[in-house]
Amino acid sequence: MIERRYYGEFGGAYIPEILVSTFDQLVKAFKEVKDDPDFWEEYVKIMSTYSCRPTPITFAENFTRHFGGARIYIKREDLNHTGAHKVNNVMGQGLLTKRMGKTRVIAETGAGQHGVATATMAAKYGFKCTIYMGEVDIARQSPNVFWMKRLGAEVIPVKDGARILKDAINAAFRDWVTNMDDTHYVLGTVCGPHPFPEIVSYFQSIIGKEARGQILEQEGKLPARVYACVGGGSNAVGIFSGFFNDPVELVGVEAGGKGLDTGHHASRLASKDGTIGVAQGYKTYFLQNSDGQMQETHSVAAGLDYVGVSPILASLREEGKVRFESATDQEVMDALSLALRKEGLVPALESAHAFAQAFKEAPDMGKDDVIMINQSGRGDKDIFTIADAYADPEWQKFIKEKAEEYCA
Amino acid sequence: MLESYLRNRLKKKDILLMTHIVLGYPSFDASLRIIESMAEAGVDLMELQIPFSEPTADGPVILRANQTALRCGATVEDCLSLAEKVTHTFDIPFLIMSYYNILFKYGVDDFISVMANCNLQGAIIPDLPPEEGREYLDAMEEHTLCPILLFSPTTSQERMRYLASFGKGFIYCVARKGVTGQDTDFSKDLETYLVRCRNATPLPLALGFGVKEKADIDFLRGKADIAIIGTQTIRIIEQVGVAAVGDFIRGLR
Repeated sequence: MIERRYYGEFGGAYIPEILVSTFDQLVKAFKEVKDDPDFWEEYVKIMSTYSCRPTPITFAENFTRHFGGARIYIKREDLNHTGAHKVNNVMGQGLLTKRMGKTRVIAETGAGQHGVATATMAAKYGFKCTIYMGEVDIARQSPNVFWMKRLGAEVIPVKDGARILKDAINAAFRDWVTNMDDTHYVLGTVCGPHPFPEIVSYFQSIIGKEARGQILEQEGKLPARVYACVGGGSNAVGIFSGFFNDPVELVGVEAGGKGLDTGHHASRLASKDGTIGVAQGYKTYFLQNSDGQMQETHSVAAGLDYVGVSPILASLREEGKVRFESATDQEVMDALSLALRKEGLVPALESAHAFAQAFKEAPDMGKDDVIMINQSGRGDKDIFTIADAYADPEWQKFIKEKAEEYCA
Repeated sequence: MLESYLRNRLKKKDILLMTHIVLGYPSFDASLRIIESMAEAGVDLMELQIPFSEPTADGPVILRANQTALRCGATVEDCLSLAEKVTHTFDIPFLIMSYYNILFKYGVDDFISVMANCNLQGAIIPDLPPEEGREYLDAMEEHTLCPILLFSPTTSQERMRYLASFGKGFIYCVARKGVTGQDTDFSKDLETYLVRCRNATPLPLALGFGVKEKADIDFLRGKADIAIIGTQTIRIIEQVGVAAVGDFIRGLR
C-alpha cells in the first residue's frame, strides 16, 4: 500500500488485500493529476462549458429583510448541470477514469443526484455505467431512477441491510473487487478509504474557491458564517475549504430527522449518539451500537441518510474549526416553504437543512454581518416527498388519475 | 503452536480442511450442532465468524447469514461465549473471523486478551491490512495468537513477502477476485498463483473463496495445504438442513 492518509485520527485505508493494487493505481493517477497544472485548467474548462460554472451567488434580499439580521447570500450549486454539486466530483473523476484507461464506472447513490451525475458523465465520456441504489431510496426518488436509466445506466436495487446509502456503498465495493481491471468506482462523497476523501474534496474545492472570490467582490468582505448540509460531507468540505484560512465560522448541518432525542436521525457529529468506528474502509464517527453494528438512520432527505461522515469533517470538528448543528425534518420543510415563497428558490431537501440552521441564527446577527448558505442542489427531484409532506390534495388527485390511466 | 499442529496433521493427511460458520446463524443452538458435526466429520480447524452489519468482503449467502444472525439478536458476547465453549469441547483449533470494527469497538487489546482466555488460536480480519493493524498485530503477538494474513491474486511478489512477515500459523490465499461464494475456476492460473504464494512464504497455505466440492479439493492436493469451505456449508444448511453437514464434510476427502 503506497499511501494512507489520516485527518487527525480519522480516515485511513481499511481495505481488503484484493483492492490494494487498485488503490495504489488510483493514488498514483491522482498524484499525477494534482501535479499537472494543465489538468485543473482542463477541469475548469469542462465545468464552465458543460456545467454552469462558476455558479453565481445570489443576494437573498427578501430573507434578509424577513429575518432582520445578517445579509444572506446563497451559493447556487443547484444551477449546475444535473442539478447539484455532485457533478463537480463526477466530471473530475471521469477525467481520472479516462487517464487510467478504464472503460466502466460504478457508483452508489442515495438521493439519486450522484447517480444521475455519474450516468450523465458516463454518457458523455462513453463509459459503461452501473449505479447501486438502496431499495428504500429507489422508492422515494423514482424520478432520478428514471433519468439514470434513460441516460443509459444500469440501476441495481440494493436489497441488503437497511437498503439505503451505506448498503449501496457496500454493493458498489462488492462489484469493484470483481471488476477493478476495467472499472473505476466513482465514490460520491468525501468518505471511504484514502484517497477518496482527498480526491472528492479536491474537485469540490471549486465551490469554495469561487464563493470566496464572489463574496469579496460583491460585499468587499468575508462572510461571518458559512452554512452547508452534511450527509457524507462533500458540498460542505467543498465550500468550507475556500475559507479554511479565514476568520469565518463554518457550520455543518446534519439531519436531525424526527429529533436528536428520538433515535431517528442521521446526526453523527451534532448528536451524542455518534461514536468512533471503522467501516466502509475508513475511520470516523458512526451511528453504531456498543458492539459496533451500524444502526438505522433516518432523514426526510435521502442524501443525508448516512451512517458515517467525512473523516475530514470529523477532524475539523475535533480541531474546533467547524461547528455542527442539526435540523429536524419539520424545520427543513418549513425552511423549504420559506425559500419557495420568499425567494423563488427550490432547494433540495438536503440543502434545505443548511437554510433551516441559517434561519435560526440570522435574526440574532448584526445587519453588517454577511452569511452564506450553500444551496447544494435543487429540489425538483423531491417532488413526491415534498408533495407528501404538504399533503397536497391536487397533486394526489393528479397522481391517482395518472395511475388510473396506466391501469386502463 | 497452530503452525506445528498443522504440520503434524499434514504428515498424516495430504490436505487439511478448514470450515467456516457464522455464529448465531441460524441460531446459537444450531451453530453448536454444526460445529459438533464438523468436528466429528474430521475437520482440521474452523473459523468462527462474528456477524457484522457491513461484511463487505462477503457475497450474498454469508452477507444474509450475518444479517439474519444480527436480526435474531446475536451479540459479540454471545459469540465469544460460544467460542469459549467449543474450544473447550472440541479438540481442534478455532479462529475468529470478523471485521475490524468488532475488535475496535470492543477495544483491540481487550478483545485479543478475551480471545486468548477463550483458548482461540488466531484471527482473520479481511479489512485490516498490516499497515492499519499495528495495535492488533502487537497485541496478537503479546498473547501468542496467530494473525492470519491474506494473499490475493492481485498481490505482488514483494507485497506477499511483506504480508508474510506479519503472518503466523498459515496464510489465507484468496482464490480469485470478487467476494465469497462465487464460482472459482480451478485452473492452471490458480496453480500458478499458488506457486507464487509458495515462493513468498514458508508458512502453510490455505486456499479459500469458491471451494465447494470434492473435485476442488482434489485439485488442491499437493498445491495448497488447507482447503477452506465457507459459503457451501451455509447453502447445505439452508437447502438440506443442519443434519446434512456431517455427510457433506465426509464426502469432501
